[in-house]
Amino acid sequence: MSDILNQVFTGLSLASILLLVSLGLAIIYGTMGVINLAHGEFVMLGAYTVWFLQKNFGLDLLPCLVVSFFAVAAAGWLIERLIVRHLYKRPLDTILATWGVSVILQQGIRLTAGAELRYVKMPGWLSNAVPVLGVEVSAYRIFIFVLTLLLLAATYLLFARTRYGFSLRAVTQNQEVSRCFGINAARVYSLTFAYGAGLAGVAGALIAPLKSVSPDMGTGAVIDAFMVVVMGGVASLMGTVASAAIIGQVSGLLAFVYNDTVAKALVFFGVVILIRFMPEGIFSVRVRRG
Amino acid sequence: MNSTRRNFLKASAALGAACSVGFPDIWIKNASLAHAAGGEVKVGILYSLTGTTAIIEKSLNQACLMAIEEINAAGGINGMQIKPVVEDPASDPATFAEKARKLVLGDKCVSLFGSYTSASRKAVLPVVEKYHNLYWYPTLYEGRECSQNVIYTGAVPNQQQQDFVPWLVKNFGKKFYLIGSNYIYPKEENNVCKILLKRLGGEVVGEEYVPLGHSEFSSVIQKIKDTQPNVIFSTVVGDSVVALHRQYKAAGLDPAKMPMASLTTSEEEIAAMGGEFAEGHFTSAPYFMSYDSPENQKFVAAFKKKYGPDKVTNFVSEPAYFQVYLFKQAVEKLGGKDITPPEIRKASWDQEFKAPQGVVKIDPKNSHTYLWPKIGEAQRNGQFKIIEQSKESIEPKPYWAYPGQVCTPEGLKQA
Repeated sequence: MSDILNQVFTGLSLASILLLVSLGLAIIYGTMGVINLAHGEFVMLGAYTVWFLQKNFGLDLLPCLVVSFFAVAAAGWLIERLIVRHLYKRPLDTILATWGVSVILQQGIRLTAGAELRYVKMPGWLSNAVPVLGVEVSAYRIFIFVLTLLLLAATYLLFARTRYGFSLRAVTQNQEVSRCFGINAARVYSLTFAYGAGLAGVAGALIAPLKSVSPDMGTGAVIDAFMVVVMGGVASLMGTVASAAIIGQVSGLLAFVYNDTVAKALVFFGVVILIRFMPEGIFSVRVRRG
Repeated sequence: MNSTRRNFLKASAALGAACSVGFPDIWIKNASLAHAAGGEVKVGILYSLTGTTAIIEKSLNQACLMAIEEINAAGGINGMQIKPVVEDPASDPATFAEKARKLVLGDKCVSLFGSYTSASRKAVLPVVEKYHNLYWYPTLYEGRECSQNVIYTGAVPNQQQQDFVPWLVKNFGKKFYLIGSNYIYPKEENNVCKILLKRLGGEVVGEEYVPLGHSEFSSVIQKIKDTQPNVIFSTVVGDSVVALHRQYKAAGLDPAKMPMASLTTSEEEIAAMGGEFAEGHFTSAPYFMSYDSPENQKFVAAFKKKYGPDKVTNFVSEPAYFQVYLFKQAVEKLGGKDITPPEIRKASWDQEFKAPQGVVKIDPKNSHTYLWPKIGEAQRNGQFKIIEQSKESIEPKPYWAYPGQVCTPEGLKQA
């Protein structure tokens, strides 16, 4: 029994990290159709923000999370204004442009912050394990799980209940018509891109104390994020949640039965087969696009 | 296009002419052999200053240059100054080979000091073998190599493990969980570990390899909890070391009951993960920064003075430093004779030097080095406390796990 519980908790932890990392990408890709290859570097920037704040101001992790969100959102907003904005009509070129941005960001960090691994402090009260239903679970992993749920809820409310979310859904469906109704589409897109980047920043800040902080830490993150988003169906937040949950549990199980190398290969294989037969992902939403 | 081709033809014709004029003695003896001439001894320095492994390799470059500077300041070798030619192979094996060729043929260096990864060493091998040069390699590595053109000053598996594994069994127990990054070095180290364990009546309860750069260890940790080993034997490298240590502690595991025993965790990785996550785990290596010897105090002080007070020395930069002194002694021994790489190689055999880790000696049988393995326990302050050290220097056996194969001065022999 405790074995099964252990396995479920491992899977949930993997799933929450996957969801956390892919939430921002899902929003940018799902609503704007921009394939943002610099997403991993937004995650990396979030982690470096924490490192910078802790090193210079000795801040605890919690305030750093807030700063990371706004700092990386600002970076995202700037990148949207300067580069991505001019490429909405050329979706394939955004791939190359955002990939270029990712290389610039990565090397920029290497040059300014240095190439060595960086130390980010885990809050003392979260650095041990706590018993849950008779199983020892890492307190920090529970913390990540809870925060991911909170971010998910906030994102849902933002999209479903606010005027901005209403405008965004309108723009996503038909840009020209929504413009006719007085919605500033350009502004909506800027904000969306910034919000997605900010979420990636928080993700980076949250995983930094558990993993390691280095200039190329985003490379793995962006691959995981794309896998989740593509499998979930690009336009569906619920699809992203479901897909993160499935991939997390399955890779946890495979890694336990075989090992991490095999698990990674098999999960990719599974996703490739799946999108061969379900190109829209498991949760495709039929919407009219303008 | 035409003009470029014409220029190219002209250039190659000129080159051809130069070759036939420049090497008149090509038929007489092996003309590509480098000589030292003109009151200086030229050596090539081949550590990456850019690219993925640049951080660690830069510290090797610095340690090496510091040794050269010290030797020159003290009067050089028999009155000759060592002249380093520094190249940046950019963490890329193909560039390593290209730069090595340039240093050997263009600069006529009599020895090269370089490489951190095995991949880069393997790329330089054909070059130094073809042109009969000599490569000084400072890193601990997996063994199973017997080149006549390399001097190995880092540890091979038997040196790091033959005291370490019995010590672990005695102090913690017989059940080992082996975890490593998925490439050749961890697999060779684990082969040795398994043989040692079998002799001691120990047991491997799990063996696992994670992809390079892997940072999610929850499944591995769950397996560890399930199998309850006494020791986690780790040859995980790079940023994975940091993630593994952090997640180990976060999962509630206790180093006092189930420590990680590593061959690859140094002061550098501990600085990145934070001392609170490293505390209580063990590493076996011939050198730790905290080792108390007059030579080491001098080495650490000089390094900090030259490169900054926050710099750390580690078990790779120390051999990068002392191997230059072994080279110096070998050239010194040649006296007035021709200073060529094969002569330096022969003269280096049996050379002893009082290195920061203890007196090291080059083994004439296989051109590897006798070293002084130590067991260090990581402390909260990021340094190691040295718990045990071998009573005598340990013989290098690059084919320890392969009975029947012996490395000899003439190359690998099947016994």
